[in-house]
Amino acid sequence: MAVLTVPNATAGGNGVVQTPSIFAPASTPAFAIRELALIVLGITGVIFVVVAGLTVYALMRFRRRRDDDGREPPQVYGSRQLELAWTVIPILIVVVLFLVTARYIFAIEGRPQSPEALEVTIVGHQWWWEIRYPRLGIVTANELHVPVSDPAHPTPTFITLQSADVIHSFWIPQLAGKMDVIPNKTNRIWIDPQEPGGYVGQCAEYCGLQHAGMLLIVAVQSKEDFAKWAAQQQAPARNDAEVQAGRELFSSLSCINCHAVRGTKANGVFGPDLTHLMSRWTIGAGVIQNTPENIRAWIDDPASLKPGALMPAMKLSRDDLDKVTAYLLALR
Amino acid sequence: MNERGRVGMICLIVAETSLFAVFVVAYLFYIGKSLNGPYPKDVLELPIFNTVCLLSSSITIAVAIRALRTGAARRSGVWLLVTIVLGAVFLAGTAREWYRLIVGHGLTIGTNLFGTTFYSLVGLHASHVIVGLVILSLLCVFSFSGALRREDVERAEIASWYWHFVDGVWIVVFSVVYLVGR
Amino acid sequence: MSVLSDTMASRRSAGAHRPLLAVLHEWVVTVDHKRLGVMYVVSGLVFLVVAGLEASAIRLQLAWSGLHVVPPGTFNQLFTMHGTTMVFLVGIPIVFGFGNYLVPLMIGARDLAFPRLNAFGFWIFLFGGLLLHFSFLGGEGLYGGGAAPAIGWFAYAPLTERAFTPGNATDYWNLALLVAGVGTVATAVNMITTILTMRGPGMTLGRMPVFVWEIATISWLTLIILPPLTAAQIMLLLDRFLGAHFFDTQAGASAVMWQHFFWFFGHPEVYILMLPGFGFASEIIPVFSRKVLFGYVTLVAASAGIGLVGMSTWAHHMFVVGMGSTLNAAFAASTMLVAVPTGVKIFNWLGTMYGGKIRFGTPMLFCCAFLFQFLCAGLTGIMLSVAPFNWQLTDSYFVVAHFHFVLIGALVFTIFGAIYYWFPKVTGRMLSERLGRWHFWLFVIGFNVTFLTMHVPGMLGMPRRIYTYPADRGWEIWNLVVTLGLPMQMAGILIFVINIVVSLRRGAPAGDDPWDAWTLEWATTSPPPVYNFDVVPVVSSRRPLWDLKHPDDPDGPHE
Repeated sequence: MAVLTVPNATAGGNGVVQTPSIFAPASTPAFAIRELALIVLGITGVIFVVVAGLTVYALMRFRRRRDDDGREPPQVYGSRQLELAWTVIPILIVVVLFLVTARYIFAIEGRPQSPEALEVTIVGHQWWWEIRYPRLGIVTANELHVPVSDPAHPTPTFITLQSADVIHSFWIPQLAGKMDVIPNKTNRIWIDPQEPGGYVGQCAEYCGLQHAGMLLIVAVQSKEDFAKWAAQQQAPARNDAEVQAGRELFSSLSCINCHAVRGTKANGVFGPDLTHLMSRWTIGAGVIQNTPENIRAWIDDPASLKPGALMPAMKLSRDDLDKVTAYLLALR
Repeated sequence: MNERGRVGMICLIVAETSLFAVFVVAYLFYIGKSLNGPYPKDVLELPIFNTVCLLSSSITIAVAIRALRTGAARRSGVWLLVTIVLGAVFLAGTAREWYRLIVGHGLTIGTNLFGTTFYSLVGLHASHVIVGLVILSLLCVFSFSGALRREDVERAEIASWYWHFVDGVWIVVFSVVYLVGR
Repeated sequence: MSVLSDTMASRRSAGAHRPLLAVLHEWVVTVDHKRLGVMYVVSGLVFLVVAGLEASAIRLQLAWSGLHVVPPGTFNQLFTMHGTTMVFLVGIPIVFGFGNYLVPLMIGARDLAFPRLNAFGFWIFLFGGLLLHFSFLGGEGLYGGGAAPAIGWFAYAPLTERAFTPGNATDYWNLALLVAGVGTVATAVNMITTILTMRGPGMTLGRMPVFVWEIATISWLTLIILPPLTAAQIMLLLDRFLGAHFFDTQAGASAVMWQHFFWFFGHPEVYILMLPGFGFASEIIPVFSRKVLFGYVTLVAASAGIGLVGMSTWAHHMFVVGMGSTLNAAFAASTMLVAVPTGVKIFNWLGTMYGGKIRFGTPMLFCCAFLFQFLCAGLTGIMLSVAPFNWQLTDSYFVVAHFHFVLIGALVFTIFGAIYYWFPKVTGRMLSERLGRWHFWLFVIGFNVTFLTMHVPGMLGMPRRIYTYPADRGWEIWNLVVTLGLPMQMAGILIFVINIVVSLRRGAPAGDDPWDAWTLEWATTSPPPVYNFDVVPVVSSRRPLWDLKHPDDPDGPHE
């Protein structure tokens, strides 16, 4: 199957990634947050105009004039009414703001999981994302595919977040607010994307050397496309005869200690699942495009492409490198 | 002049209370969360004798201060000595308990969450007892050497507040570790 | 002992050139609050320049996507050292340094309650600061970035555990701050004791300048909230050196517990930094408006309120940790609540300026910019208190912009104002108004170009603490503009330093009271004698010098 290009949210779909602005939401929690944000910006905007306006007025109106007689102005020590008013009014504003905020908090976090919801478990690693679909038997990495949700009959995706090492944070700005990924703690987040397209995000909690290299792509697909993708992912690894040599070499090396290729004896969990490696757009958690040259370079020396990556340089001979690369390129 | 010492000591006690409070919070939070034993109910015995010694030392130091107030520096020194002995007995008892736990039950600070929080909280307290004993020893020496006189009773009393604080902390530690946590 | 030698020294210094060693010795052994105050502020300013250079390297690396100005590991060290230095080695020493200098003078005392403890506090802070920076030389040495910590200034667990950060870098961070923290607590004890027991005749608590109230507030706050950081650091030490499991999630521990302990310290810490800035504004704005401070009692009460309520807001740094809706709502509520006493202070200052005759000397220029920038900072803070909005904004450049507006836009600006205001008192010479204006305008424009713009990439999804970013996210132009604000800020600081150096030698003589002000520090010479006052003045109102200058209309009956 051909490698999918990254569609964007507009009808064109020319593979261009769009800016992940929190004000360009495409999914319900992000819609709700934008709504709340606009309310808050409205309130704070009014406060800013009023207070800054008063300040500018005071500074201009009460500057010392050139013809000043040098006498001190009348000394005003305070005003009980004024001080009371300017305490009570902000308290009232705060009460209103709090009530609005609390409603959104409980609405977003308290959303019950419906039976039609897709379940995904994401495990954060230094510095890549393990993505599992427990009910579908799919394990992949760094790219999350979900079906688009129809507001009339929502099919949201509920994500369980866990960490294998340190604290990370799962953030796709156009789909939802972020949620931390914490070892020894299970967090939950849900998205309800209503526009097909590709959405980007990345780890948002400093997690060590390559925190900047822990990117995320979410592909929101039509229900048919998603079903096709899922079926393809569920299939065991391809067993092409041309790459037999590469597969045997792969199985004999330490690759299988970290990586899994379903249907073979490789079942390591420390690194990304490679069963359908070539169905992904990037490698190294979004750091480089998934091309044959890059695959080869990565196997040879990951640190040359992503300094500090925990995969060691395999130090293969050129011949072995060719064989293993050919094998991986066949894992579509 | 002594007012400064009083305010200063109260400030120090506030800060130290805050320090201990965090270790107490960690202890309480981690109760029942150890992934492996030994567990508190398996290995902890109520340190009644130790506690009696330490808490009585609050009484003896108060007597010492009262003696100094009447100018009886030597008598004050004797009661200070008793206080120091009681404190030292407490420390010895703690040491014995730790020996039993480490050698007898294999519980160290790295064994599990219980070990971590137990040794750090009890150890933090014990370190403050040691500092207190140093202060008391100085007072004791000065009372016998004649350097500590009736006029100095305010300052000696301020120093005794530190000791009372250390005893008060023990009441909390005892309750949290040996009563609630078991 | 040193009172006598200080006196002799100040008599000597009026005339002949003295050997450098003698001068240095005097400064090293001093227990005089004024000298220690100067040493604190100067050290803080030096660290400001160091941390500023670190920030400059960060901004150069981020000016465009995919740059290689510094390698990733070094970048991570830079932002860690920048944040840690600014908070602990610039902010704290400068505000407590001013407290050191001004509190005894303002309340009519001759020194702090415990002068030797004061000196101890300074030297242990300096030791901690030097220890932290020594880390650059550790490990592989300076060229490789040394063993400087790369854990972020708030050092989240379990990244800080030995399993994930081997080597000594974390330990430099831990030990340096632990040690410096002891000094801060000591200074807090000193301040409280001084304010409670050493006020001069007639100086009731209700007549103290607002700045003294702010120092009192931050001091009792320090006593309560700094030890929790010390405790967490001791726990981290035990984890890293004795195999304890306080933050070892593999042993069942909670990574979130570090965050609770840290932020219980960390949030009130920023009030500790900011409140003295409010104190500076509360001294400068009245004098330059020629009007008494409007609403002294509510302003002081607001400070106490901020201290109290501020201790209940800490988990607004943790809205995305997964605490659950009830806790999220509770901390949103307390954070919004603390905004009220914080915000109403602006009205006190507006009320002071209203009806006044405002003179725009350099101190006042900085306070004017402070008013606008603090308003912005407070409002973005309100935005961040709205938890669901926070779920988007936290850990992004929006929050970085917010807190730089608070810490530079509000705090550093008031610190600059304070330096221009009290430099004459400390040195006996005026700073140049012309250079001051150049400093102000360059810095305020550069600051806003950088930090106003910085809100945008945050809203466009750019997280913080990343050493580079993809080219296709639309962040490049914004990052470039942010970086372009840098040269003006650097130029402003350079002119500031030149102003200080030049004015020390050739500044106009200041006299006792160059600003026609009203609080006690202006009732003695510039610089004051080592014993502060020949005769400690008896006060009968909040503005003793106003009463002296206006015997027909003293403050007393109005208060």
